[in-house]
Amino acid sequence: MSTIKVYVPRETSSVSVGANEVAVAIAREAGNAGASIELVRNGSWGASWLEPLVEVEVGEQRIAYGNVDADDVPGLFAAGFLEGGEHDRRLGPVGEIPYLVTQDRWTFWRVGLVESLSLDDFLLHQGFKALQKAWEIGADAVIDAVMEAGLRGRGGAGFPTGIKWRTVADAEGDQKYIACNADEGDSGTFSDRMLMEGDPFGLIESMAIAGFAVGANKGYIYLRSEYPLTHMILTRAIETAREAGWLGENIQGSGFDFDIELHLGAGSYVCGEETAMLESLEGKKGIVRYKPPLPAIEGLFGKPTAVNNVVTLASVPNIVNLGGERYSDMGVNRSKGTLAFQLAGNVKRGGLVEKSFGITVRELIEEYGGGTASGRPVKAVQIGGPLGAYLPAEQLDTPLDYEAFIEIGAMIGHGGIVVFDDTANMAQQARFAMEFCAIESCGKCTPCRIGSTRGVEVIDKIISGEERDENYDLLVELCDTMEDASLCAMGGMTPYPVRSVLKYFAEDFAPSGGAEA
Amino acid sequence: MTPRTIDSDAVATIVGQYDARPEMLVQILQRIVQQHGWISDAVIRQLAGELNLSRADVHGVVEYYHDFRTEPPGEHIVKICQAEACQAMGSRELTEHANRVVDQDTTLEPVYCLGNCACAPAVMVDGHTLGRVSTERFDAALAAMRGADS
Repeated sequence: MSTIKVYVPRETSSVSVGANEVAVAIAREAGNAGASIELVRNGSWGASWLEPLVEVEVGEQRIAYGNVDADDVPGLFAAGFLEGGEHDRRLGPVGEIPYLVTQDRWTFWRVGLVESLSLDDFLLHQGFKALQKAWEIGADAVIDAVMEAGLRGRGGAGFPTGIKWRTVADAEGDQKYIACNADEGDSGTFSDRMLMEGDPFGLIESMAIAGFAVGANKGYIYLRSEYPLTHMILTRAIETAREAGWLGENIQGSGFDFDIELHLGAGSYVCGEETAMLESLEGKKGIVRYKPPLPAIEGLFGKPTAVNNVVTLASVPNIVNLGGERYSDMGVNRSKGTLAFQLAGNVKRGGLVEKSFGITVRELIEEYGGGTASGRPVKAVQIGGPLGAYLPAEQLDTPLDYEAFIEIGAMIGHGGIVVFDDTANMAQQARFAMEFCAIESCGKCTPCRIGSTRGVEVIDKIISGEERDENYDLLVELCDTMEDASLCAMGGMTPYPVRSVLKYFAEDFAPSGGAEA
Repeated sequence: MTPRTIDSDAVATIVGQYDARPEMLVQILQRIVQQHGWISDAVIRQLAGELNLSRADVHGVVEYYHDFRTEPPGEHIVKICQAEACQAMGSRELTEHANRVVDQDTTLEPVYCLGNCACAPAVMVDGHTLGRVSTERFDAALAAMRGADS
C-alpha cells in the first residue's frame, strides 16, 4: 500500500479548535489500520469556520473533511476516509469549496496548498523564483514593477509601496534595513498571521526581494507576542532558509547578502505604528516618533528603512513574476489588486477572503460570511480595527475601496471586518474605543493620553443621563481635539468609531438605550 | 506551587544569548517573562548593569509593555480576549464567568486580540490559544489545565 498524504493544518485557529488532537488521532488510527500515511502540516486555506479542515490526497485531488473532531476520527476511518470515503464531515474536493474557489488568490495562493515548513515544497511551488528574477532584471526594474502594480501598504495606511521603496533606494546611507511589521494588533485581523503560518518561506523571499530592491542587507520582523505558534514557525523557517543558503551572505552565489532577525513585541498595540515599532526594535519603549524625518530616510538606528506590512511584502513575488500590470488590472480606482479581507466576530462563516477591491461589504458578509453566527440581523460592522468606524446596515453597500471609505468617514485599514448583531449595545462599543485608547496610548501626546480617559468619563455621564446634552457636545469637541492634535493614528482615529456611534446609533446612548439595557 | 524566584545565573544566560546587546532589551525581558513569569527589581538592576543601561531605562521599558509583569503570576495564566471581535461573540459574559470560577493559583489577564477572531471568543491558557470558547469549553480547559499538574 502506498503512502497516503493527509493534511492537517498547523495554524493558530485550526489548532485552537483541536487540529493537533485530530492529527494525533489520525496517526493512531492509521497505525491501528496498518495504513501508511504521511501527515502534512499545512497552513489554513482560510475557511476558519470549517476548521479543523482535514484533507486526504486521493489521486490528483485533495478531499476535504470539515469541522473534524478527534472523536470523529475512528468513524472517519471506518467510512474509508483514506480513500475519500463518504461521511457527514466530507466536503468534497477542497478545490471545489465555493468559499475558496471564488477568491482571487494572488498573495495567499500557496497558503493551505503547501507544507508550511517544507523548503522542498516551497521550491516546488515557485519558491524563490521571484527573487532570482529580481536578480536578473535588477533593483530598479523591481521597484518599477511595484510602482506599476499600484500596490499600497496593507498595514492600514495605504501608502504606495513603490514610492516608499524608491525613497529608501535613493536615500544616502551605508546601511539600510527592511522592517517587516507583523504586529497585527487590530481586532478582527489575522491575515498576517495566516500568511506567516502558512507560507513562512514566502515572507522570507518577499523580504529578500525588498532588500535587494532598496539596497538593504538586513531585515527585521517585528512579530506580536500574542502569536506563539507563528513565532515557532517563523523561527524554524528562518533557520531552514539560512541552512540552505537562502539567507545569509552571498545567497546562492548571487553576491547578494541578506539576513533576517525575528523580534517579539510585548503586548503594546501602538507598536504597530511604524515609528513606535522602530523604537521597540531598538529595545526601547514603544513611543511614537515625530515625522519627519520619515523612516525611509531616518528609520531603524537612524538608517533608511523600508517599513512594510507582511501582506504588502508577500504581494510582491507575484508582481515580480507576472508583472505589475497583472496586479493593477484587478481592483478599482486607486485601490489596485487584492486585499485579504478577514471576516470575524458574529459571522457564520468567518475566515480569510482574498478578493479584488471593489467588492461591497454586504457581498462579503452575506455571500461569504453567510450572515451572523447568531442568525439575528446585522446591527453594525466595524472595519479596520479598533480605530475603524462602525457602519450601520444601510452603509453595507459601500464598495471596498480606500477612497470610497474615506468619503464615508471610515477606513479599510488592514481589512478586518467585525460583525455585530442587534443585541450589541453600541454606546458600550464607543466607550470601549476610548477605553482601549486609554489603555494603549503611548503617552507622548496629550490629546491621546488625557483625551481618551476624559472620553470614557464623558461617555459614562451620557449613558447615565447626567447633563446629557452638554456632555454630548463635549464629547464631539473632544473628538475634534483628538483628531486634530494627536501625533499618530491611535489618538487621531479613536474618534472614528465614537463618532460613527454618535451618528448612527445615538439611541443606544439613551439611559434606557441599547438592546441589552 | 513552585516559587517564582529568578536566579541571576539564569538572567545572565539569557543576556548572553543576545550577546548583551542593549537594543535587545525588549527581547531579553520577553524571554525572562516567558521562562520565569515576571520581572523583579533585582532583575532590573542586573540587566541595567549587564547591558550598560541606567536602571531608569530598564524600569521604563518594563513599565511600558503589558507583557512585562512586575508581580509573580499564579501557577497558571489565562488570558481572555477583550477586543471587538470577541466582544461580538460574548467575551464580556465569558470574562464574568471566568472571574467566578478561576482559583487563586490562576492569574486572569485581559488580552487585546489573539488573532483568532474568526473562531471567537478566544482564550489563551498557559500560552495555548483556544477558539470558540463557550463557558462549558472554558470550564473543560481549566479542568485540563489543572489535570496537567497532577
